[in-house]
Amino acid sequence: MRAQTLLAEPGTYRICTPEGVNLSFQVATVGDRASAFLLDLAIIVLTTLAIGLLAILSGGETGIAFTLVASFLLFNFYFSFFELRWSGMTYGKRQLGLRVIARDGGSLSADMILARNLMRDLEFYLPLTALAAPETLIPQGRGWGVLVGLGWIFVFALMPFFGKYRLRCGDLIAGTMVVREPKTLLLSDLTLERPIGQEEDQTESQEFVFSTQQLNLYGIYELQILEDLFRRHGEGQASKELLNTVCEKIKKKIEWPRSKWNVDTLRFLRSFYKAQRAHLEKKLLFGERKEQKSSKQSP
Amino acid sequence: MNLSAKDLHQLPVLYRSAVSSLSVARAISLDKNLLDYLEGLVSRAYLLVYSNKRPPKEVIAEFLASRFPITVFFYWKFVAFASGLLTLGFLCGFVLTLNDPERYVSFVPSEVAQGHSPASSTESLKRQLYSENEPADGLTLFASFLFTHNAKIGILCFSLGFAAGLPVVVLLFYNGLILGAMTALYYSRGLGAEFLAWVMGHGVTELAALFFCGAAGLVLGNALMFPGQYTRSTSLALHGRKVVPMVIGAVLMFFVAAVFEGYFRQLVNVVAIRWLVAGGTLFFWVWYFAWVGRKHTSDAGSNLTS
Repeated sequence: MRAQTLLAEPGTYRICTPEGVNLSFQVATVGDRASAFLLDLAIIVLTTLAIGLLAILSGGETGIAFTLVASFLLFNFYFSFFELRWSGMTYGKRQLGLRVIARDGGSLSADMILARNLMRDLEFYLPLTALAAPETLIPQGRGWGVLVGLGWIFVFALMPFFGKYRLRCGDLIAGTMVVREPKTLLLSDLTLERPIGQEEDQTESQEFVFSTQQLNLYGIYELQILEDLFRRHGEGQASKELLNTVCEKIKKKIEWPRSKWNVDTLRFLRSFYKAQRAHLEKKLLFGERKEQKSSKQSP
Repeated sequence: MNLSAKDLHQLPVLYRSAVSSLSVARAISLDKNLLDYLEGLVSRAYLLVYSNKRPPKEVIAEFLASRFPITVFFYWKFVAFASGLLTLGFLCGFVLTLNDPERYVSFVPSEVAQGHSPASSTESLKRQLYSENEPADGLTLFASFLFTHNAKIGILCFSLGFAAGLPVVVLLFYNGLILGAMTALYYSRGLGAEFLAWVMGHGVTELAALFFCGAAGLVLGNALMFPGQYTRSTSLALHGRKVVPMVIGAVLMFFVAAVFEGYFRQLVNVVAIRWLVAGGTLFFWVWYFAWVGRKHTSDAGSNLTS
């Protein structure tokens, strides 16, 4: 039963820390990564241009020699340098809230960072050359041969579009991946929350009483959907109608007596959430975890 | 981002307690918001606690003293294979060009030939091997061009290994072919030994670096094609990061080679000294990789053989 909850949701990646705790990270989207890359690329190109301009102004061949070496270092080691310094982030990744992590859950080593960034040659600079000047890569060839060769080159550039973890060639050979930087935001507990402008309502808990049978119908998944609904309602993202629909469904499901059918939606849902959570948490303490409504009851 | 020493001291302790809070919460609470918050907190702390920060000086010293030679020593079979490929190309180029000098033109690209062809006179070929003194300014530009050009090819050689290693084989063989064809041209004019002295002063270092990059590419290709007991992605990830010191080391060697080629070759015109430098560098690299590499491999019990 427990293993089921540890399955990663789509779009997330689960690692096991050395302490034996599972953490899930959100896989960065291709769009975010492309934007981060373009930001970094802009920095590289502008810096190179600035150095080159200075070299030309100062005159002399030493300046040009310096520009050559500097542009080589920038194009090949800019990413490695910052990912080493900022543990897995470059300027662009910082702006987009992305970070490189090791896929095995261990620490991100210098070798991994270097390995993933040395591959940029194959993934970006080579396809770029292929676009701009294909004849430098495949000098003498027939049309179709050139086409196949170039197609092959583009497979490497487009790698992140395949596979659910959006790995590029560099991530594949280094054992890394790019995730969203985790955010932390603690909201108040719903069971302690009171509707605004209302004193603590003792009657609420007595107003609706749910039997064990009724509480046995739903599982954790439904409980957390309900929690999500409350929070979205609080932020004004879920309409009152939606709450009403949900309320009707719950009442039907748990066979709420027809005589008491007309209830205040919010108050009803809130007390149902409280009762349901208390019930499920109690069962959890006894080692019984009911994932969702279809889950079988253990004897 | 910057933590004070006191905060840093507390970080692991706080991290541990957050981890255990998360474990407890997962066992008893169903408040999704609380669970998400704790998980986010632990994830952020995890990234900090397990980031790998060491003083650069220490890393560089360790790299030169042991990691680079150990890696080369560990993958010596691939290095041998890469050098074998280039030697094969060299022999083919040499024999073919000797039999028909016109083939020189088809083997050697024009930018490498620098205007020399089988039609050039022996005099002009000889002149290329002995340069008049040039201003030092031009030499620096020449050396930095050589370094960036060669290092780029080296890195490309490594990354092409991802394409199943096939392009690496072609690249190594073709470079051998060029070298063989050039040697054949000079050999046919009785300048063979002088040509090799001219090339090998820096060539020993440069070729070794090229072998390493090629070998690293072959390691990638091998990991992809023949993953053995692992899945392909695990095998790639395992070997990719393991072989990286070899590529970084090779880039440094390209730098050394460019200094030799850019300054030494242009400034020293005595054949005997050129041979001496070639022999000296060869001896140094063999000692460095075979002896230092082997010593550290047996010392450490090798963390590479995992």
